[in-house]
Amino acid sequence: MRKLKDVLCVGLAVSLAIATQAASAKDMVISIWDGYMAPDALDKFKAASGVDVDKALHATNEEIMGKLMASGGEGYDVVFVSSPFAEVLHKQGLLADIDPVKVPNLKNLYPEATHLEYDPGNHFSVPYTWGTTGICYRTDKVSPAPQSWNDLLNPSDALKGKVTMLATDRWMLGAGFLAKGWSVNDSDPGQIAAVRDQLIATKKRILAFDDTTFYSKLASGESLMAHAWDGWCNYGTQANAAIKFVVPKEGSDLWVDTMVVLKSSKHQDEAFKFVNFMLAKENHVWVAENILYKIPNQAAMAGLSADLLKQYPNLTIAPGDLVKMEQLRDLGGTTQKAYTRAVTEIMAAQN
Amino acid sequence: MSALHADRRLSAWLLAPGFGWLLTFLVIPCLLVLVYSFVERGAYGGIDWLFTWENYQRAFDPLYLSILLKSAKIAGLATVFAVLIGYPAAYAIARAPRRRQAVFLFLVMLPFWSNYLIRTYAWIVLLNREGLINRLLQLCGYSGEPISLLYTEASVVLGLVYNYIPFVILAIFSSLSRINNELWDASKDLGASGWMTFRRIILPLSVPGIAAGAVFVFVLSIGNFITADLLGGKQVQMVGNLIYSQFLTARDWPFGAALSFFLIAIMLVLLFIQALVARRAEGGRP
Repeated sequence: MRKLKDVLCVGLAVSLAIATQAASAKDMVISIWDGYMAPDALDKFKAASGVDVDKALHATNEEIMGKLMASGGEGYDVVFVSSPFAEVLHKQGLLADIDPVKVPNLKNLYPEATHLEYDPGNHFSVPYTWGTTGICYRTDKVSPAPQSWNDLLNPSDALKGKVTMLATDRWMLGAGFLAKGWSVNDSDPGQIAAVRDQLIATKKRILAFDDTTFYSKLASGESLMAHAWDGWCNYGTQANAAIKFVVPKEGSDLWVDTMVVLKSSKHQDEAFKFVNFMLAKENHVWVAENILYKIPNQAAMAGLSADLLKQYPNLTIAPGDLVKMEQLRDLGGTTQKAYTRAVTEIMAAQN
Repeated sequence: MSALHADRRLSAWLLAPGFGWLLTFLVIPCLLVLVYSFVERGAYGGIDWLFTWENYQRAFDPLYLSILLKSAKIAGLATVFAVLIGYPAAYAIARAPRRRQAVFLFLVMLPFWSNYLIRTYAWIVLLNREGLINRLLQLCGYSGEPISLLYTEASVVLGLVYNYIPFVILAIFSSLSRINNELWDASKDLGASGWMTFRRIILPLSVPGIAAGAVFVFVLSIGNFITADLLGGKQVQMVGNLIYSQFLTARDWPFGAALSFFLIAIMLVLLFIQALVARRAEGGRP
């Protein structure tokens, strides 16, 4: 039996050695959504700073949150997450304070982007992209043009079965809150129930809940109107110029995707260097030009070509107008639980 | 040292890697799920180490029970269709000449060469309102509104049947091919018709294969969430989707763990019944 133990120990040691070698071959680790930065950005960063970066991918905020919560933040240096999740990480004490001296390119940000409600002064997060949510629709097939969240929630007979809505709880319920003139961070149980009932009725008149392929459904004509994030609507426009984006008259939310540095990072100087690099005008502009998202970088946005802005008008929404929208905030446990239950009830309702 | 003793030592060594694998990646995680299901949720995901029964009480809430029942219904339908379609196919392959059997079995396995997600997406391409089937209908002169085939319970069942039917065919084939061919001749000599031979001899002998295939499809289907997500347009919710959302959106790991354990328990019971059926069939054989 001793022999078996020896073999097991050697085996364990070898596999650990292989695993840790793979992890430590690089100087630091970031985690980001796939395709959310220029493919050559890390090579450029290495050339400029000598720092070798390992890029991990996460598909959703929740996925990276799960990993960070399980490890107490160990294993990552810089992570890209949406603002409510940055707020949670901050409340959990997992984030390093952003050192403005080490990130001089913070000066490139619009003044509006430095006073965001969830983190005024960018103490623990740096905005990377921002935008809003609204209705993406086929101007050639939908008339009159949608103006209100109610046009989405109660599709006319002509649009019945040709509408998609976002599936993520915050936005799905958000559309219901906004239609009634309530807050996208609403925590009142009665109001959550009212929105739930509205959405159960809505579910019977729409095609599907869809977070990921709604723009191709619009382009193919499978749907004619979609609840959509502005940047993603642009992908539809790219495929079919008749696809336009509109912010409903009741207003909408402001979403921000941010970069955060982990407190447990053993490479904080390099991490700040990386954040600073991403904020450089010539690097940050890639996001606007290729992913068609608005970026909070004044210097970079000023350099966008007139053609691009004409083709994708929602890129021109002014920062002043964006910050008038309500920001999604972290809700805390009880309300988050109520949201999830409401969404479960909507999904479970018979069609 | 006796030869038998050496043999035992050898098999212990041979079993060790597989056993270690199962222990590390199956038994221990399942135990973790069990432990998690009895503690309280942390405010931001994760867990607080306080004992509670609440997660199991919540699992019996009519809302969650109805989702479980609906999943069972969808998985049950998928199982019935998979067996009804899979049995004749397995039967045909078992009766085919030996050389062609290999080709047929290869064709049954062929879909596994591509990714589950891609195979499921292919159905979206076929079924959507602007998809291949609706286009074909239009070519054939149909001029009404395109038919909504996608994002229904039926499309989810279809996706599950399509994806899991190879398991049924293989399981039934393997039990059919173990039936001695001389039984056919003997039955015929004794004056039974082909149908009677099938009903009285072949079908009962292939029950273990049907049971194995059916349990496979049911267990895989009831825990599946990708198919409900893609082909159900998130309008159809199965218990797998519920567990997914508890872990990822609600940050309620303990409740997700309780639901998972519920599911594990159902699967264990089914596998146990299947083992009983197989053993009885084995014992009944002369």
